[in-house]
Amino acid sequence: MTAASTTERYLPEGLAIPAASPDGLDTEYWAAVRRHELVVQRCNACRGFQFGPEWICHQCRSLDLAWEQVQTRGRIYSWERVWHPVHPALKNGCPYVVVLVELPQAGNVRMVGNLLGDPMQPIVIGSEVEAVFEDHVEDEVTLVQWRIVN
Amino acid sequence: MSEDFTIRDRVAIAGIGETTYYRRGAAPVSEFELTLEAILKAVEDAGLAATDIDGFASYSNDRNDPSRLATALGIKDLAFSNMFWGGGGGGGSGAVANAAAAIVAGYAEVVVVYRGLAQGQFGRFGQAAPLKHVSWPMSYTAPYGLLSPAQTFAMRANRFMYEHGVKQDALAAIAMASYHHAQSNPRAVMYGRPLSREDYDNSRWIVEPFHLFDCCQENDGAAAVILTSAARARDLKQKPAYILAASQGSDFRQSAPAHNAPDYPSSNFKTVAKRLYAMAGVGPDEVDVAQVYENFTGGVMMSIVEHGFCKPDEVNEFCTFETLTAPNGKLPINTSGGNLAECYMHGLELITEAVRQVRGTSTCQVPDVNISLVASGPMVSPVSDLILRA
Ligand SMILES: [Zn+2]
Repeated sequence: MTAASTTERYLPEGLAIPAASPDGLDTEYWAAVRRHELVVQRCNACRGFQFGPEWICHQCRSLDLAWEQVQTRGRIYSWERVWHPVHPALKNGCPYVVVLVELPQAGNVRMVGNLLGDPMQPIVIGSEVEAVFEDHVEDEVTLVQWRIVN
Repeated sequence: MSEDFTIRDRVAIAGIGETTYYRRGAAPVSEFELTLEAILKAVEDAGLAATDIDGFASYSNDRNDPSRLATALGIKDLAFSNMFWGGGGGGGSGAVANAAAAIVAGYAEVVVVYRGLAQGQFGRFGQAAPLKHVSWPMSYTAPYGLLSPAQTFAMRANRFMYEHGVKQDALAAIAMASYHHAQSNPRAVMYGRPLSREDYDNSRWIVEPFHLFDCCQENDGAAAVILTSAARARDLKQKPAYILAASQGSDFRQSAPAHNAPDYPSSNFKTVAKRLYAMAGVGPDEVDVAQVYENFTGGVMMSIVEHGFCKPDEVNEFCTFETLTAPNGKLPINTSGGNLAECYMHGLELITEAVRQVRGTSTCQVPDVNISLVASGPMVSPVSDLILRA
């Protein structure tokens, strides 16, 4: 199954570019999304999911954590429509919608992204969404965006 | 044995001091001078001299460090210097608690808790720093335009409102209560600027569900309070505001990165409020007046619930203008105007107001105050709480 992707940016250029943590904590996450794969940290000892990543499993204190590829599906847990730009790059970029998506197939961990499409679309908590990998070719990074599943 | 390990009733706030409160960028003097002025006013209010101070406590990475202050003030003996971890207003009550603990422990005798803040001279909290790169944990939020405190916390408030069917009216009532109280308070930056429901509804969205008036101001100024032992406070100039209880901390994994706190629609006060009431030996029904930190009205809404004043499903009925306003509301909150309408002094102005309510000198005085509560922080981690008594 090929995941959906786009090179069209939802938000204007100029926001900070995500970089892997200098201590190596999430190097694999940022490499995986470049390959259009969604990964979540998973504990090899207790099999619990964990996101955002940490060096230890909060459920069993094991240090043996791996990254597991998960389905690119989720549902909207919360959302907000942003009207006031707090960054120079967003001066002409409002309104836009930020969603908090939970992944039922990965222990209900949550991820922040934008909801693609009309920013004024009605938004219903619980709606099914799927990931769209947004490639920023020049910056050599990929963001994980979300769109409603019809 | 365990009652030996408490600050309950052993320390009092003996003095309070505040500079003029200014709009952001309007302070005519430096942030450090503002801080000095607030400290000098607080010791004078207490009937002490600046050289009586032997301890300093603050929070939220205050830039005015105790060594510079003690040097500038000519303090002979700096016996205690302390910073409460964490950002925003989460440490206001916590800094008071740390100061009280230092006095009970015998580290120091007269501790000043202070906050100096000139957002016009330094960075603004409401704006994102234009960084080129971000890494964990901001890499999971900032590239999606989730940058500011308002954006960070609107997400929590929206989920709470969804789960409990809360209407916008509850947030409007919280904002209008603060503005109403500010109209009696000449210190308030919004004194003479009343807020009608129409003004609220017509104000622009910052980030849904927060209108402009759901968000704290950005200000310049400073505030300070002086703590000393209950015994010593009784012989000083002012009626002491005794520290009945204080607590600080965070609920389970509230700092989980990328908005993964398990109990997400929360102000993070559940365990902290429980410890507060346990130390105080009183419950929410005995609270006469409360100062509830408003970074955003949504946080006040959840703080009211988590301090036991109403149940989550009762917010629409409880959070009304009538309930939340002095003198006769069931729970008057933010009686000086608070962060929304008096001044955003990171909530230290809420502690000075809680003291005034105990003294009987508030510009929106609640009759016969015995129990005066302060909730510092909502939705940040750690948060902190304080109960003062007459
Ligand atoms: Zn584990």
